[in-house]
Amino acid sequence: MQKQLLMGDEAIAQGAIDAGLSGIYAYPGTPSTEISEYIHASKEAKEKGIKACWAVNEKTAVEEALGMSYAGKRTMACMKHVGLNVAADPFINSSITGANGGFIVVSADDPSMHSSQNEQDSRFFGKFAMIPILEPTDQQEAYDMVHYGYDLSEKYNIPVLLRITTRLAHSRAGVKRKASRDQNEGSLPKNLRQFVLLPAIARKQYKYLLNKQAGFETESENSEFNKYFDAKDKSLGIIACGITFNYLMENFPDREVPYPVLKLSQYPLPKKYIKKIFSECKEILVLEDGYPMVEEMLKDFLEKSIKVKGRLDGTLPRDGELNPNIVAISLGKPDTKGQDIPSIVVGRPPSLCAGCSHIDSFLALNSALEEYSKGRVFSDIGCYTLSALPPYESINSCVDMGASITMAKGAADSGIIPTIGVIGDSTFTHSGMTGLLDCVIAKSPVTIFILDNSTTAMTGGQPSAAFGRIEKIVKGLGVEENHIKILKPLKKYHEENVNIIKEELAYNGVSVIIPQRECIQTLNKRMREKFKK
Amino acid sequence: MKIDIVIAGVGGQGIVSIATTIGFAAIESGLFLKQSEVHGMSQRGGDVSSNLRLSDKEIFSDLIPKGTADMIISVEPMESLRYLPMLSPKGWLITNTKPFVNIPNYPEIEKLIAEIKKLPRNIAIDADKIAEDLGSPKSANMVILGAASPFINMPFEKLENAVKSIFARKGEDVIEVNMKCIRAGREFSQKNI
Repeated sequence: MQKQLLMGDEAIAQGAIDAGLSGIYAYPGTPSTEISEYIHASKEAKEKGIKACWAVNEKTAVEEALGMSYAGKRTMACMKHVGLNVAADPFINSSITGANGGFIVVSADDPSMHSSQNEQDSRFFGKFAMIPILEPTDQQEAYDMVHYGYDLSEKYNIPVLLRITTRLAHSRAGVKRKASRDQNEGSLPKNLRQFVLLPAIARKQYKYLLNKQAGFETESENSEFNKYFDAKDKSLGIIACGITFNYLMENFPDREVPYPVLKLSQYPLPKKYIKKIFSECKEILVLEDGYPMVEEMLKDFLEKSIKVKGRLDGTLPRDGELNPNIVAISLGKPDTKGQDIPSIVVGRPPSLCAGCSHIDSFLALNSALEEYSKGRVFSDIGCYTLSALPPYESINSCVDMGASITMAKGAADSGIIPTIGVIGDSTFTHSGMTGLLDCVIAKSPVTIFILDNSTTAMTGGQPSAAFGRIEKIVKGLGVEENHIKILKPLKKYHEENVNIIKEELAYNGVSVIIPQRECIQTLNKRMREKFKK
Repeated sequence: MKIDIVIAGVGGQGIVSIATTIGFAAIESGLFLKQSEVHGMSQRGGDVSSNLRLSDKEIFSDLIPKGTADMIISVEPMESLRYLPMLSPKGWLITNTKPFVNIPNYPEIEKLIAEIKKLPRNIAIDADKIAEDLGSPKSANMVILGAASPFINMPFEKLENAVKSIFARKGEDVIEVNMKCIRAGREFSQKNI
């Protein structure tokens, strides 16, 4: 079969289609979004009847996927690394229930924080859940690991974590496909109490999980993805996790590394290889993108035995994405660099699009807040976070999905009155509704802006679960009808909007203001498609 | 044989179409390819770049090592200079001269052009104007690609065929105008080397 040019994300998606997937569940989040998008757009997936679902958040996605696994079918839940925090409850507990149909959770990490608020390493979550972790080196492995991952999942009745990073997610290479296999027929778990985590049952299930650990380790030792390349010079042994193997090889154009190398792409750690490299080499260099997880596991705290080098001892930077140059330096090789950037070049930070409705919303909010002291606007995750930058400088926080509303409440509880929460429509249904209910119950003096651009804009315009429902939800949660205000965020209504906002800021209770205007990007896209027809 | 290219621009300028065209030609030529892109937050009017690597041997890193890129292809003049640390001392810089001004402190264009001209191997082309004169203002990217083509070690027909295939579903007229653009860019470079 001819190779197909696929991004890492797309390779996973195609791998899932070919490996007999029945349903994929996700909330969009860079760099994971394109996995689901590929399946949503795939004709083949449609013909095969694969369910492609955007979930309201990552937690519901993992739970829905777990339900499909319960019913015996192969399923996948995809998210970015911080999405796995949201889904942590079902994710960790799914290792105790175990799986029935093959279940893969994909978490895409973002070292260097290209589009994220932290660079946490999902492998820790996999280790925490005590399940097998797969970490592909390249696009081909990303594809192959889906087939392998489902086999592993079904052999041990266990969810499998597939961990990738931004670089692999958004890089294309030729991928060779395998023969497509059928979906599972679907069957209930043999033991109908497998998924009932009552303490008495959970204790048994947890023992099953513990008993599976030795098997997982054997699988890692026999895995085609973990490879040991022996070499003569034992002054150093290199453990290269996932994509870092490529950065290592890039430094040896003839592909011959003089030191023994363990290419590590499956966890738990394969003990026989680790023992070998430790007993034979004088020093160990650990290359890993993300946190120094393996390095920490191997390092003896007092460093009495072998020396382990990596991110913790300064051989590699403690934070940020690795690259061929950083790896060269860690190997004592000369660094390469072209000319410096001329001083005339200035930064070009991302910004709100020309014509974006958020611009008018923030200009109105800024005007309405002129009479108050600064520092009272709590915001959230989305395009509107860019309003922290000049020329708006409107917001004072961006922490996690939904934290705008709840932090505004907490700050109001401490005496800052009024406080303002600013959240997007999709973020509101993701994690804002429960916090708003807290505000309603406490009658908090908060003014919550739900910026309704009718899409999940930052990740490229996926459908918003809030579409057409915000007002009803807000009313249903108990916000008083006369304190729910819909605005049209346009320059010509600026004065009118400012006045409405001022009135609500003065109200000593929960107000919700909903500026409603479609995202300029999705509007343009829609118009282009309409024009085409 | 290996060609490492940094493609640069501003989010929304569509640098991916250049990468896609070269990538298509590379695959048709049986070459190995890796192409790393920027998605997400930076796409909102920020600086964006793509690393495109072609080789007749297996490619490992998705990222080009600094100081070794054979070429920078930029659809925006200031952005072309941002990636100079990536460029090999023997590398070419091919850039559009039309600035994309979406920041208040954008430098004077004459000074940027002067910096570009300091480089021993540079092509500075007003791709927007050429594309406009040819009746397709949106095809400036294809003019730039044409301007880069003499330095891409691959038969030009392969790139032409890639343009034909990629624009196939948009009809003959679109193919024709994009072919004109890529050829006009190539001619410019051949005259100005």
